Amino acid sequence: MIFVCAGFAGCTSPQSALDPAGTEAETVATLFWVMLVGAILIWLAVIGLSVFATRIRPKAYGETAGLRLIVWGGCVFPVVVLTALLVWGLQMMPPMRAEANGPTIAVSGERFWWRVAYGVEGEPGVSKTLPEGGTPSANEIWLPAGQRTELLLGSPDVIHSLWVPSIAGKMDAIPGRVNRLVVEPTKPGVYNGVCAEFCGDAHAQMALRVVVVPADEYEAYVARQGAPASVETGNAGFRAFMQNGCDACHAVRGTGAAGEVGPDLTHLASRRTIAAATLPMSRDNLAEFIGFTHRVKPGVQMPSYGMLAEEEIAAIAGWLETLQ
Amino acid sequence: MATGNKTRDTLWTLIAAPTIWAVHFALSYGSVAYGCAPNENVFADIGGFRIFVGGLTVVALVGIGFIFARALGEWRGNGGRMPHDEDTAAVRERFLEFSTVLLAGLSFIAVIYTALPVALMADCR
Repeated sequence: MIFVCAGFAGCTSPQSALDPAGTEAETVATLFWVMLVGAILIWLAVIGLSVFATRIRPKAYGETAGLRLIVWGGCVFPVVVLTALLVWGLQMMPPMRAEANGPTIAVSGERFWWRVAYGVEGEPGVSKTLPEGGTPSANEIWLPAGQRTELLLGSPDVIHSLWVPSIAGKMDAIPGRVNRLVVEPTKPGVYNGVCAEFCGDAHAQMALRVVVVPADEYEAYVARQGAPASVETGNAGFRAFMQNGCDACHAVRGTGAAGEVGPDLTHLASRRTIAAATLPMSRDNLAEFIGFTHRVKPGVQMPSYGMLAEEEIAAIAGWLETLQ
Repeated sequence: MATGNKTRDTLWTLIAAPTIWAVHFALSYGSVAYGCAPNENVFADIGGFRIFVGGLTVVALVGIGFIFARALGEWRGNGGRMPHDEDTAAVRERFLEFSTVLLAGLSFIAVIYTALPVALMADCR
């Protein structure tokens, strides 16, 4: 009983398909619970029958009884149950794929982080590449509660899969094809998402946070993300950032740093985590990631900057922390 | 063994119903995939393809139903009992008829399951 209770404790978390916060996750959870109860009832019936035939009334049963058991228990019952489940499951599918009525967000699975662009224009049909433009961000997706948001999923090189268990089922991000996932979060909150398709060394460290907020808060957030960085560029941190070539890969809009290889850092410090939800956002963790990149996240494409002086790394981390 | 106007059962008559199931499966999935292939509007109605699959399903079920009824009738006519474990032509015939009945039943249900998605979904979602 203690183990069962301990197990149920895991059902409520920001990353549980059993604690739904979206219409699709609710449907999946309902399906799961119904099937679980059904499986338990069938298990009890089979075990009960075994006990009846071997303990309560142990005797040699005739061929007719055996044949009846096979026909009713092995043919008719499974066909009826499976047909009911199939019809029920099929009629659940169209509403899950209902048209979006909210914003469109492009999400690109990179090695090993999530490139996000708010407010893009999707093309009809199956596109080969994600649309250009939009408001860039990374590793944190904000969604308006109660609206059906369309996520356009793509990848430049290897296959990833976006899965936010509390909100919806997973969908692959495939190179050369844009997949569409329409999600409808219902409860504001912060949820965890993961890459659900093995994509390389840092696959296990390729997570993200999904923040569900009321629609007006979402609009305000996207507007803030679209604004250039309001940050000091005359200090040692910024100089170190530029002198060591960080701008070749990272953009900080409004400062001259315009790299597009790695995550956009314009509002880095407004995110809850760094390194694709590997570490909580803090000055110390930023310094650790810069100095010991591959220890924090093995296989990541960013080189480790452990050769820099500790003060220089601290200055860069301090400056990055001001990118609100 | 063929007696009177009964069919002599072979492996070909045995696989007739699963073959109808396979052809129905390929045509159903192939036609709807063709209909949805441009994928420019997944919400567009695919009524024509649903009617095609519906017609195909009726034809397949009638065919399988005929095979089922024929095999069941002949199995019963040949004694309609188990087991089928004697090394004689008559028992072999009865065994093939009974196997045909079971495979036809399975194929009948499978064809319905194959057609159910287009019965319940009106577009390419």
